[in-house]
Amino acid sequence: MNKRKRCFTCMIVLGAFTFSSLFFSSYTLAEKVEVQQVSVYSARKEALIKPILKTFTEETGIKVKLITGKADALLTRLRLEGKASPADVFITVDAGRLQRAKASKVLQAVSSETLGSRIPQNLRDKDNMWFGLSQRARPIFYAKNKVQPSELSTYEALADKKWKGRICFRSSNSVYNQSQVASMMEATGVEATEAWVKAAVANFARSPAGGDTDQLKAVAVGVCDITIANTYYYGRLANSDNASDRELVKKVGLFWPNQNDRGTHVNVSGAGVTKYARNKDNAIKLIEFLTSDKAQNWYAAVNNEFPVVEGVESSPTLTSWGSFKQDSVNLSKLGELNRAAVQLMDRGGWK
Amino acid sequence: MCFFEKIRTSISSFPSQPLELSSLVVALALALPVVIILLHIFSGSFSLWQHLWQTVLVDYVSSSLWLLFGVSIGVLLLGVPTAWLTSTYIFPGSRWLSWALLLPLAFPAYIIAYTYTGFFDVAGLFQTTLRELMGWEYGDYWFFEIRSLTGAIVMMSLVLYPYVYLLARTTFLEQPINIVNAGRSLGHNRLSIIRRLLLPMARPAIVAGLTLALMETLADFGTVQYFGVSAFTSGIFRAFYGYGDTAAAAQLASVLLLFVMVLIVIERYSRRKASYQLTKGKKALPKKIYGRKAILATTICLIPFTFGFILPAALLLYWTFFQAVIDEGFGQLAWNSLYLASLATIIAVVLALLLAYAKRYSKKTVVRCAVNAAGLGYALPGTIIAIGVIIPFSWMDHQLIDWAEQWFGAEIGLVLSGTLVALLFAYSVRFLAVSLGSIDTGLQKIKPSLDNAARLAGRKPLQVLREIHIPLMRSSVLTALLIVFVDVLKELPATLMLRPFDFNTLSVRAYELASDERLIDAAPASLLIVAVGLLPVILLSRSISSNHHD
Repeated sequence: MNKRKRCFTCMIVLGAFTFSSLFFSSYTLAEKVEVQQVSVYSARKEALIKPILKTFTEETGIKVKLITGKADALLTRLRLEGKASPADVFITVDAGRLQRAKASKVLQAVSSETLGSRIPQNLRDKDNMWFGLSQRARPIFYAKNKVQPSELSTYEALADKKWKGRICFRSSNSVYNQSQVASMMEATGVEATEAWVKAAVANFARSPAGGDTDQLKAVAVGVCDITIANTYYYGRLANSDNASDRELVKKVGLFWPNQNDRGTHVNVSGAGVTKYARNKDNAIKLIEFLTSDKAQNWYAAVNNEFPVVEGVESSPTLTSWGSFKQDSVNLSKLGELNRAAVQLMDRGGWK
Repeated sequence: MCFFEKIRTSISSFPSQPLELSSLVVALALALPVVIILLHIFSGSFSLWQHLWQTVLVDYVSSSLWLLFGVSIGVLLLGVPTAWLTSTYIFPGSRWLSWALLLPLAFPAYIIAYTYTGFFDVAGLFQTTLRELMGWEYGDYWFFEIRSLTGAIVMMSLVLYPYVYLLARTTFLEQPINIVNAGRSLGHNRLSIIRRLLLPMARPAIVAGLTLALMETLADFGTVQYFGVSAFTSGIFRAFYGYGDTAAAAQLASVLLLFVMVLIVIERYSRRKASYQLTKGKKALPKKIYGRKAILATTICLIPFTFGFILPAALLLYWTFFQAVIDEGFGQLAWNSLYLASLATIIAVVLALLLAYAKRYSKKTVVRCAVNAAGLGYALPGTIIAIGVIIPFSWMDHQLIDWAEQWFGAEIGLVLSGTLVALLFAYSVRFLAVSLGSIDTGLQKIKPSLDNAARLAGRKPLQVLREIHIPLMRSSVLTALLIVFVDVLKELPATLMLRPFDFNTLSVRAYELASDERLIDAAPASLLIVAVGLLPVILLSRSISSNHHD
């Protein structure tokens, strides 16, 4: 009997705990806070956004609330929350997703002199709905002991039969590959791109698996001779605390393709102010802050991303790769072509 | 005959009204997200289908079928013999192995996949060392390609077999000695007793465990994506992320759901009327074995434990202490995970008890169907569940906001969809099948005649519950608590999508670092998920076995 009583009390306490905590949690979130603040939905990972947001709070006194997640999930949430959405700023790491946010009508146009003057035109939306904040190039990487840089020229040339069984690409599920293919569609047309995808897939050394880092390592180890990857993964391996990573990366060379025509494919991370932002002024302040020299430097130093603002000093790693001509296609276009690009890759057999 | 029938119906309908009604409400609420996803079949365009059919769909379906086939074999091979051995024999290590075999459950499948890849992949420590030692180059030797369909099957079997093990063991522990004796006296040998009597008796439990494992396999995205296996979920996510087409993703998810329903129906049909219920009688006591037999038993039990737990945990430990960059805030993360998992577990188990009892006592088809529908959420990937939750919740939120503005002039913000309420609801939808599966099997073993006898002996319904059901159901409820807790702890996609501002959990942290290709830095968070999951695993499994050795 005693035991039973104890069990009963236990249940009541647990129940009370459950309900009180539920109410407490919803209450604190619904509570109106008078302090200056801005709320962010970020597809950029916590580790690569929180420190810089902290600096922003220190400098301006504006509190930042953050949710990170996958771009499309956050976008769905934003869309369904509609007018009631607590988010003020949407941040993501691919031009295609920025464009998708614009198309879903969850962003609003922003007029800011700072943003207009600091960010080059091709790296922001033509209606000022989103702004590029950092750049990542997607060049060709090669095994130094098996490939001479002179053998390389363009992305298109990777369709050549001489690369049969020598190429590792990651899955077409990667937005970076999707945007890259979209840029080729814009430059060379749908048919040529589809033919290229088919030929490149025929040259694969293995079925696509893993991320960009895995492709770089596969090149270093000798599984294949060629891959494409975002520059910051290469930079990260080169600066790794792990000696074996640094050893591996020494075997891999970086080649800037398409220097004699449109330039190397470049993608951006970027941000926009949400349509129903309650703290619009603070939201603009935050995006402006992210284009400041300090923030631009931070992304260069911490994650080897190229600054969008010209004249900002980048990191030694970035400088060591030399300067290159980048594809100046308007990035909005990549977003518009994203779905077509994915379907094209399906048809081309790129898993 | 007629008299008994009458008594039976009057007894079995005793709690009917309030129980049926409340269970119906709960079941319908829990089925809502799934229904919303299913409704997408009728909305949106089908333009994508032709494209999918012409290009990738066949590949997706066949990969998924192979995956299901492989994982079935894997979890049965790892789960059933170990459950049998640890419940019927005493051999060196059998005591601690009986709970240690559960530990792989604490590993999210994608974490074990990342860990094994980090070690066994071409650029991993193992092959690198091998090449250095032997002076080989890549291509000079053959090595198992971990990132493949087979690799995915092995990874998933290693972390999912505990479902089968746990549920099968609970049944094996309850095997009545007289059945075995009767079998013997009828001239059956040991093997044929297992095959003809004990396995069929354990079948509902084994199948319940297998169903859980397979549903989890179908819902998995992290592992198959990382291994480049184009399973059916890849298609769902390609529609959602790649095409940006929520409707198409929901349509594909509906197909997945229909497939699962068909599987369940086939299983039910094949079992048909056969039901195996606990007879009274003494439970068989574990028998001591010696010599070669004992060594064999220990070895068999050590295999899944070593590869499902020791090896990956050791690797994570190594990375955590020697290579990873550990940032602050882990205490908060662990607390958030623990707190969230405890709340969700209590809710899921209470709801499952309600539904399982309703299903037992209600003769109404509508109740039984509703209960079965409520458990379907487990087969859907968390992201899809999250979408199914956020659609009705944000709708209700908008109604609430309008209402509050109209009557009080107050701005209340998102009360449901922006808070833990949405997340906890999503967990209930997703994991109800888990708690329901375990509790349902427990209840099935209590013969209705036992209730009837007690009622005839003048016991009131609540007394029947207290004196018969609670003691008999204890281990099933504990099992349900354990699995849901660990599952919530590991859950990622719904947490990622529905969590409120500045609320982070261990699994989110581990995932963020791992998906940013910082595998080694993800090790501390992964290790903590496992560590937080260990405590209840050990406590509850001890409690389950002590219950049987009393």
